[in-house]
Amino acid sequence: MASMRIAGPSRGKHAVNRAAPAEGGPAISDDKQEPSLEELSARLRAARERQPDDDKTGGFGGGRREGGIGLAFRMGVEIVAAVGIGFGIGWLLDEWLGTRPWLMVVFFFFGAAAGMLNVFRTMSGIGHGVGYKPAERRKPEDDGRDR
Amino acid sequence: MAEKHSPLEQFTIKPLVEIDIGGLDLSFTNSSAMMVIAVLLAGMMLTLGTRGRALVPGRLQSVAELLYEFIANLIRDTVGSEGRKYFPIVFTLFMFILFGNMLGMIPYSFTFTSHIIVTFGMAIVVFLAVTVLGFVKHGAHFFSFFVPPGAPIALWPLLIPIEIISYLSRPVSLSVRLFANMLAGHTLLKVFAGFVVSLGLVGGWLPLSFIVALTGLELLIAFLQAYVFTILTCLYINDALHLH
Repeated sequence: MASMRIAGPSRGKHAVNRAAPAEGGPAISDDKQEPSLEELSARLRAARERQPDDDKTGGFGGGRREGGIGLAFRMGVEIVAAVGIGFGIGWLLDEWLGTRPWLMVVFFFFGAAAGMLNVFRTMSGIGHGVGYKPAERRKPEDDGRDR
Repeated sequence: MAEKHSPLEQFTIKPLVEIDIGGLDLSFTNSSAMMVIAVLLAGMMLTLGTRGRALVPGRLQSVAELLYEFIANLIRDTVGSEGRKYFPIVFTLFMFILFGNMLGMIPYSFTFTSHIIVTFGMAIVVFLAVTVLGFVKHGAHFFSFFVPPGAPIALWPLLIPIEIISYLSRPVSLSVRLFANMLAGHTLLKVFAGFVVSLGLVGGWLPLSFIVALTGLELLIAFLQAYVFTILTCLYINDALHLH
């Protein structure tokens, strides 16, 4: 509902012919023939197809809100967490295998490397992910039909 | 005055109803009370908001629809259409954290997201669920997640531990981020409030104006951290669904 209202007035370029009187609100009962549900969903779909271009710049909470301090803090957390996990794994393995300092040292460096990797991925990704790929762009054929 | 009220006092857990089963302390604490309130409020807001089912939404329905569409779009953009199945868990997490953070902004209330065990509990659930999901979807092929594509075999002994540590650090960074933001923000507010009292009527206005600004910032952070937790959950689901 909300997206129809947003999409309606500003970009109803191709669908103005009959929908124009209904634009003020959905009080469409006065029309001789109401726009059918198929028509409405066709308009919605057409509007949504053009959506992704605007999503990156405008959207509600578009990921760019976090300022420099927040970003720096996140990077710090990423490194510390990875180093801590690496150190912990080394510690536990040492406990288990009886090789007191060595695995701890080795895994400390593994952890540091993993921390750098996390930071690198966070920065080079779309802006968030630790994963490999940037978020999957949705394909045109499965365009969120029943959302 | 200043000695008695530590800025960290607001985070103490106080048992409201003492429950002790077999040596386990299962007391109903102020933290649990806030969680129950958060769940009830979120549930009430959404049920009342969607009860009218009006074509032209009222205020409450607009809020409910905005929240729904926000998370639905988030999942669609990060995971794609396969992510639709995971909408309930993602939406629940978002609402729970958002309400926890926002309720914590009310004076004299308690912020349960400022306790690492709470955030870590949620993060580890997400982590385990995503790992299980990856195994169910891909079977043993899931382990290829830990091998960077195109890496020479000679480097595997070096790269695989790094990848595994990087993967295991996810729940830690996820939980620490939320917890530390909440803890730091609320402590900062209390510290500045202490300055207001100690500087008195003459100099107290400056820290007081800082508090006003910081409260606004905290409201933003309360939303932002719920959003970050949610989007990272979505990205982890995306990783588990589409291995490289």
